[in-house]
Amino acid sequence: MTRARRLPGGGRIDRTRTLGFHFDGAPYAGHPGDTLASALLANGVGIVGRGVYSGRPRGIVAAGVEDPGALVQVELPGGSEPMLRAAAVELFDGLVADGLPGKGRLTIERESARFDKRYRHVDVLVIGGGAAGIAAAEAAARTGARVLLADQDLALGGALLGSEGERIGGAPALEWVAAAEARLRAVPEVTILLRTTAIGLYDHGSAVLVERCTDGVTEARVHHIRAGRIVLATGAIERPIVFSGNDRPGVMLAGAARSYLHRHGVLAGERIVIFTTHDAGLRAARDLEAAGATVVAVADARAGDRVTGTEGDPWLSAVHVNGTAVRADLLLVTGGWNPAVHLWSHPRGTIRFDETIGAFVPDVPNGPYAAAGAAAGTFDLAGCLAGGAAAGAAAAGLAGFGDGQAPPVPAVEAPAVGPLGRLWLVEPEPGDDGTAHIVDLEREATLADIRSALGAGLASIEHVKRYTTIGTASDQGKTSGIVTSAIAAALLGQEVGAVGVPTFRAPYVPVSFAALGGRERGPLFDPVRTTPIHAREVAAGALFENVGQWKRAWFYPRPGESMEAAVLRECAAVRTGVGIFDGSTLGKIDLQGPDAGILLDRVYTNTFSTLAVGSCRYGLMTKADGMVFDDGVTSRIADDRWLMTTTTGNAAAVLDHLEEWLQTEWPELRVRATSVTEEWAVVALVGPRSRELLRRLAPGIEVSNDAFPFMTWRDAEVAGLPARVFRISFSGELAYEVNVAGWHGAALWDAAMSAGADLGITPYGTETMHVLRAEKGYPIIGQETDGSVSPDDLGLGRMASRKKWCIGSRSWHRPDLLRADRKQLVSLLPEDPELVLPEGAQIVAAPDLAPPMPMIGHVTSSYRSAALGRSFALALVRGGRARIGETVWLPLPDRTVAATVGSSVLFDPEGTRRDG
Amino acid sequence: MVGAGGHGLATAYYLAKNHGIRDVAVVERGWLGGGNMARNTTIIRSNYLWDASAAIYEHSLKLWETLAEELDYDLLFSQRGVMSLAHSLHDVREGQRRASANRLNGIDALWLDPEACREVCPILNIDPEVRYPVLGATFQPRGGIARHEHVAWGYARAADALGVDLIEGCEVQGIDVTDGRVTGLRTSRGPIRAGKVALVAAGHSSLLAEMAGFTLPITSHPLQALVSELLQPVHPTVVMSNAVHVYVSQAHKGELVMGAGIDSYNSYAQRGSFHVIEHQMAAALELFPIFARAHVLRTWGGIVDTAPDASPIIGVTPVENLFINCGWGTGGFKATPGSGWVMAETVATGRPHELARPFALERFVTGDLVDEHGAAGVAH
Repeated sequence: MTRARRLPGGGRIDRTRTLGFHFDGAPYAGHPGDTLASALLANGVGIVGRGVYSGRPRGIVAAGVEDPGALVQVELPGGSEPMLRAAAVELFDGLVADGLPGKGRLTIERESARFDKRYRHVDVLVIGGGAAGIAAAEAAARTGARVLLADQDLALGGALLGSEGERIGGAPALEWVAAAEARLRAVPEVTILLRTTAIGLYDHGSAVLVERCTDGVTEARVHHIRAGRIVLATGAIERPIVFSGNDRPGVMLAGAARSYLHRHGVLAGERIVIFTTHDAGLRAARDLEAAGATVVAVADARAGDRVTGTEGDPWLSAVHVNGTAVRADLLLVTGGWNPAVHLWSHPRGTIRFDETIGAFVPDVPNGPYAAAGAAAGTFDLAGCLAGGAAAGAAAAGLAGFGDGQAPPVPAVEAPAVGPLGRLWLVEPEPGDDGTAHIVDLEREATLADIRSALGAGLASIEHVKRYTTIGTASDQGKTSGIVTSAIAAALLGQEVGAVGVPTFRAPYVPVSFAALGGRERGPLFDPVRTTPIHAREVAAGALFENVGQWKRAWFYPRPGESMEAAVLRECAAVRTGVGIFDGSTLGKIDLQGPDAGILLDRVYTNTFSTLAVGSCRYGLMTKADGMVFDDGVTSRIADDRWLMTTTTGNAAAVLDHLEEWLQTEWPELRVRATSVTEEWAVVALVGPRSRELLRRLAPGIEVSNDAFPFMTWRDAEVAGLPARVFRISFSGELAYEVNVAGWHGAALWDAAMSAGADLGITPYGTETMHVLRAEKGYPIIGQETDGSVSPDDLGLGRMASRKKWCIGSRSWHRPDLLRADRKQLVSLLPEDPELVLPEGAQIVAAPDLAPPMPMIGHVTSSYRSAALGRSFALALVRGGRARIGETVWLPLPDRTVAATVGSSVLFDPEGTRRDG
Repeated sequence: MVGAGGHGLATAYYLAKNHGIRDVAVVERGWLGGGNMARNTTIIRSNYLWDASAAIYEHSLKLWETLAEELDYDLLFSQRGVMSLAHSLHDVREGQRRASANRLNGIDALWLDPEACREVCPILNIDPEVRYPVLGATFQPRGGIARHEHVAWGYARAADALGVDLIEGCEVQGIDVTDGRVTGLRTSRGPIRAGKVALVAAGHSSLLAEMAGFTLPITSHPLQALVSELLQPVHPTVVMSNAVHVYVSQAHKGELVMGAGIDSYNSYAQRGSFHVIEHQMAAALELFPIFARAHVLRTWGGIVDTAPDASPIIGVTPVENLFINCGWGTGGFKATPGSGWVMAETVATGRPHELARPFALERFVTGDLVDEHGAAGVAH
């Protein structure tokens, strides 16, 4: 097993406090500053998970989000979170986790944690708080720019946190970091976000960051940042070398082992082999040796040394160096570093292969983004500071702050990077098929898989990725991706740069669905819109239906009353007495300007510009294809002012439609369109006794038919409230729609209910409204129409003016719209007057057909009618108007039923009831 | 053949197999199967509303049912059913209408009440108290998913075996038209003379048409999708919800595969806006509270070419011997075999296949549209 252990001293952990945790059921202890991985190593736990397919043991390979090895499931209140990386989980007291076999479990029944979002504008966003990021933030901050510095770790410092020996400005590097942080925090325009990972970069300086909060209230917060300029100081990721047996626990990236030593006081092994392509790898081995380990072999790839195999079950016991087995319990591997160009690539920043460092670096400038430090391929500390300062100053300058000139940076004492060798792969021995050369540890994809992909002719790196699955695991190939490109390039005989890498995609690290969902959960998933009268409807016992975001009163059952009985009662009350209906949800658009009439003529099929002030007109709107899009009544309020109403569900779509045409096609029209849906509460008084009711409520106006005719409106005082009264009807009955300011809606409702008590006033909901209009053959847009129905199909061809142009009018003349066998709106009377046909049922022309059978239409609306004393339906039927009087059939799942086609207007076809 | 996506490869394969036309080159700007074929959420179903759509998608579904055998390639085709949820009375009406039409067209389609939905998919939240409760669903048991890349590779291998040339990294830069007839292509790798040319390049169809001198009623938008990490199986079917913008299945390996909404702006970039993903996650949690701690691992975008009626365009063009197949919008993957089949016949004979006829470009002149906005997986 691992000989990893905590050293008696050292490390940037708080040894004065102990954090208890459980892993795989066993209790352990760690300290603040530990990750779960460092705490496990400190406790001698080296094997954390299992390979997803092979079941082979998996250990800790890296010291951050790039770790492809140690995946855990962490317990939470009410469940657990799968597939977290032990190396990126900050240890906390009471943490309970278990190792995973490459696959997680979903266990939460209902999320109880809180997640938040925040939106910010900054002048300069610096991503990454290592030496380069700090230098960039300081250089930008001194100009007065608003600066946000974000880092994924719990402290600033970046790679310096896991290092020792560097000095900046004559002091240990981390002292400089602390001083710089203090200086930055003292600047009011600077914000530092720790534990905050930039997960995605988008166009125009837009970035998405996820913060892991520690306030005990919010678990995580998604920050949407819009920045003038963005400096990417995202560092570099150490890469492995692929060799046979490289997945054995005990094989660790050299920089990770060094970081566990310096940062956590953990020595990851006792007998060490180092396999490296550069001096920093040797330094890592020396540091571990200084802490008490023994370096038993040095394999320097630059000198031609190779690690050719490993032994151990399950933990590493020997390493084959140049073919000779050496006893060891820790193999440090490093093949150099890959600049973390992931974010740079998100908004299509291009990258190029830099032969000097043997890695991909940002190429030509792209948008408001710039990379600095190791992310730009600069691996020496002095260069990182200078590059960071230059990038920060330049970013501020381009954002309008300062002169863009980099400030001086402090002197640095640090080891030189030294010559960088390059080795991606230790070629297998002859006869070795490469199946033990694990390229992607999480996906368990091998050198053999890459060969197989290329052998099948899948030569694009995108194909290699998809065929082998390399880079598709939860680490997204942070350590395996570019190695794969290099191996494929060698096999193809191409340059690495020509082969390239698969597209980097957001998010940089996995983010939970819950964090991204934020507070849009439960009732806040989508806003609930209620009318000013809603509370009265609730009190009256209404049940509600969702119509878009609105809650609309559906029907008002009395105690013990069925929906059917309630609707029949409501319908009868309206047709014989007076009903009251909340119409506030109808879309209302205030149109102002001298050209409003022209606009209306262009968007409606019929003419509006000639309408007199004080009058109302029903309008039908079609889209360019000539099909019905919306309908509603528009009233002329003044010469240059109109009030348009739309269907409830289409209010926003109609306003968008108007704006699109006004802004893109007709900018010369002097019209302003403003939504006033919520400004007005609308109470409809409907039925033969509505005139009497209005007379009582509005004694100041003359309500006779002559003085206040159909399709006109009046200003009036109703129940003592300033109101507009429209004489319009969606039921065929005498009706008045009283509009008052929203906050007067409930008062108007109360006044009407009490004034109408002795008239039997009956509140009714959308279901009754639907039945009443269907009896009259009035279509509901979206129910009788589906985007394929023209005005003529609805029987409203007379409204499609041929004298003027409007949106869609050209399409009415297309051959298909002139066919006689188009589907037309008709009524159906089922043979069985008790049968309410299912809405959506398809119609056929003969009773005994077998599938596939030709369908001639479908039922759009279907109800039981109090007025007709029977069931009825509206339907779209091919050539329907010519079929009136004929029988059609509806094959239902259990039987076929017959119905007679009739005119779409079944009730009061002469319109005698309209005037009371 | 311009475009080595699923439809182009399938067309080439059926040209060679069904019609004996083997002197075929498929030219591809990028890599084989690298457009929408690599970016979709792999849902397969045929429960479309209109007869014309139902016919071509059902033809396709029948081909899917024997395709792995035919191509001798494991497509991981899994008929686990596709459920489309209704969240409002309007959705219920439309769903029942579609199920009724499907039944009469001989397509397996059921209407499920919320309890039945939950029996099919036990993790589905059918609590009536949520913001947009599940009021029911249409369900097509024969629907399901397949491994998209394998489909492309399977067709490519089979086409190659029949003598078709597949040319990657070959961008079409011009289309030669003489006297109203196509004569060849100019490409980044040189000219190609051709007796017939078929444009099957979703995402860039209108640009190619422009090269040939005609315009298409197509708009191109980014459509995003995402996957989670590998998870133990929890989700046995495919669930789609138009109203709250979710469609999700769990792939064979264990990742949740989800589609997000369409970005409203026009774009040829294969990426979208992050707020669309965020809204998608919120919606997913409403329906599947158990997904709360799954992680978004990777997001990406495809480019959907959409016609005004949300139906494809298949057939002849104003240029003689130049054919087009495009406009599959958000739903082209499921049509891959059927689309290739009818396109091959159309190219081979010069006349639209019977199932392609309703989808002629001409319909935008006649007005005989096939409006499938309601049935598409994504709200346009």
